[in-house]
Amino acid sequence: MEEFLVFDKVSKSFGDVQALKNVSLSVKKGEIFSLLGPSGCGKTTLLRVAAGFERPDSGRVYLDGEDITDIPPNRRKVNTIFQNYALFPHMSVWENIAFGLKVAGMPGARITEEVNRMLALVHMEDQARKKPDQISGGQKQRVAIARALINKPRVLLLDEPLAALDLKLRQRMIIELDSIHDEVGITFLFVTHDQGEAMSLSDQIAVMNEGNVEQVGTPVQIYEAPVSSFSAAFIGDANFFEGMVSRVEGADYSRLSIEGFPEVLCFNDQPRSQGDLVYLSVRPEKVRISRDRPRDDERVNMVEGAVEDVIYLGSHTRYWVRVDQYRLAVTRQHQRFQLDEKPVTWGDSVWLSWHADDGFMLQRYEEKDEDLLAFLPEGEE
Amino acid sequence: MREWLTSLPSFIWLTILFVIPTVLVFAVALKPADPFGGVGAGWTLDTFRDLGDPNYPAIVWRTLWMSVVATAVCLAAALPFAYYIARSDERLRPVLLMAVVIPFWTNFLIRIFAWKVLLHPEGLVKRLLVSFHLVSPDVSLMYNEGAVLMVLIYTYLPFAVLPIYAASEKFDFRLIEAARDLGCRKWRAFYSVFLPGISRGLWTAALVVFVPALGSYVIPDIMGGPASEMIGNKIAQRVFVDRNLPHASALSALLTIVVVLPMIVYLLRRGTGESGKHPVVEAGP
Repeated sequence: MEEFLVFDKVSKSFGDVQALKNVSLSVKKGEIFSLLGPSGCGKTTLLRVAAGFERPDSGRVYLDGEDITDIPPNRRKVNTIFQNYALFPHMSVWENIAFGLKVAGMPGARITEEVNRMLALVHMEDQARKKPDQISGGQKQRVAIARALINKPRVLLLDEPLAALDLKLRQRMIIELDSIHDEVGITFLFVTHDQGEAMSLSDQIAVMNEGNVEQVGTPVQIYEAPVSSFSAAFIGDANFFEGMVSRVEGADYSRLSIEGFPEVLCFNDQPRSQGDLVYLSVRPEKVRISRDRPRDDERVNMVEGAVEDVIYLGSHTRYWVRVDQYRLAVTRQHQRFQLDEKPVTWGDSVWLSWHADDGFMLQRYEEKDEDLLAFLPEGEE
Repeated sequence: MREWLTSLPSFIWLTILFVIPTVLVFAVALKPADPFGGVGAGWTLDTFRDLGDPNYPAIVWRTLWMSVVATAVCLAAALPFAYYIARSDERLRPVLLMAVVIPFWTNFLIRIFAWKVLLHPEGLVKRLLVSFHLVSPDVSLMYNEGAVLMVLIYTYLPFAVLPIYAASEKFDFRLIEAARDLGCRKWRAFYSVFLPGISRGLWTAALVVFVPALGSYVIPDIMGGPASEMIGNKIAQRVFVDRNLPHASALSALLTIVVVLPMIVYLLRRGTGESGKHPVVEAGP
């Protein structure tokens, strides 16, 4: 499968605010591609550029090889599901869904056939006569999906489509969206600030921050191997430690010196050299917590700390553990909760351990990091 | 119960100042005239028979068409302006609205007399038009239907702008994007989504122009001539010149029926069934 929807060095400013900074992305045919980032990161602007509502200041947009940058929204073979659905309040559900075909001038009998097919797809057959203000949020969502899909768009743009729904409904709609995607096989470009949505739906995720694309990858890549501290911090939780490569051990591992820690071993996901300034990042669920010192293993890092806080969260417990200047988040899944050993609690002295392969190093070279040199272990650069 | 209490003051207000006077007008119309300008005793249908006066159909017809044209022009002119205000920067909106309201700071009569000065045979507008050879010197710009119509439009335009603006301002402009997204050209998105979306404002604007235009009396009196009289002038004439109150009341009653009947028919049609493609007043925001 090849590149289908392509953004080529797209920039867009609103007044002084640069919403998109030279963004290049390519979406493959048939995949669910998510733009994930905090509000104001430019993800919605990029979607609006794809829809044709915003003209980029520079850069081009291609759909299936055709330059669509200057094509108005009504002639683009893309359709949008708006954040608040934007259903036409003066039309019934049926009329809303039929709208696109009516505008396209399709004969009435075929419109009826198509609308009924769409109503069945989104399970709304019995609500067709109602007006949008007479149906629930989830139903509006379905109507919006049907209204967009009936035009057989080449790309479906979804602008935070689940944001207005409550948690349970959101989880159900994720599954429904996924099955609709399987059924129609259209390329989805999905904008969300919710990592859970992005993770569970996407084939590819682009993590965006301040108008830039920080990282593009599969959910697994984004989570397990974030390339920037922003990706690591935004997707899931992460503990960060400022460190420096003190020794490179063969091709695979480096030893890091981190204040307050014994030397830490970490897997190299890219070549490192001595003296590199890095952040070491470790996800909370990758850290093991125990009262007793774990058995020595040269690949396992160990450090002693004091429990400052314990938060019981049902399926798991979150611990906050003090180690020197750092407060580490550690999560532990419950299997046989409180059955095997005396549970760890406030004030306990504990051992934390994680495998060298479970940490990852992120480059540290921003200017603000220079100031941090002052806090580095003595004698180092 | 509490709802009923809160609407009580406006209910009393409307009853005293609107319902009772209307009933009185209809009642007086059924009384004989009194030669001294008062209302005679007993009941009669004479006044309604007098409405058969051969002059009336022409005047009623003129009143209707001038009001319809004034309403149509006001709506057509107010719509783009109201749309523009609603879409303009939020800091600019109060300024633009102020510009709509400013004419009200000057007395209504003075504004109409100002038009008289402008359109006077020696007035600025006339002389300009003549000097550009757009108008021959012996054409009168005043005392005709055109002049009355123009001042009607001038007077009621702000009343049309305000309700249309109020509706446009509440309109969710993402709906236009949605329509564009679904294949509409700009114009089609405008009339198939925007116009129905502000239909309530449009109906209000139409009513606040059409109803006072129907009853207008000062404007045709000052700007018009004998060939551009409206019902309002006739009613005034019956009251002040002929001192025939029942006849004036009958004319007023006729006017009321002309205004209210189509509205009742419209409301009944809405109530009984789906009126189809008609842009029906919406359930609100």
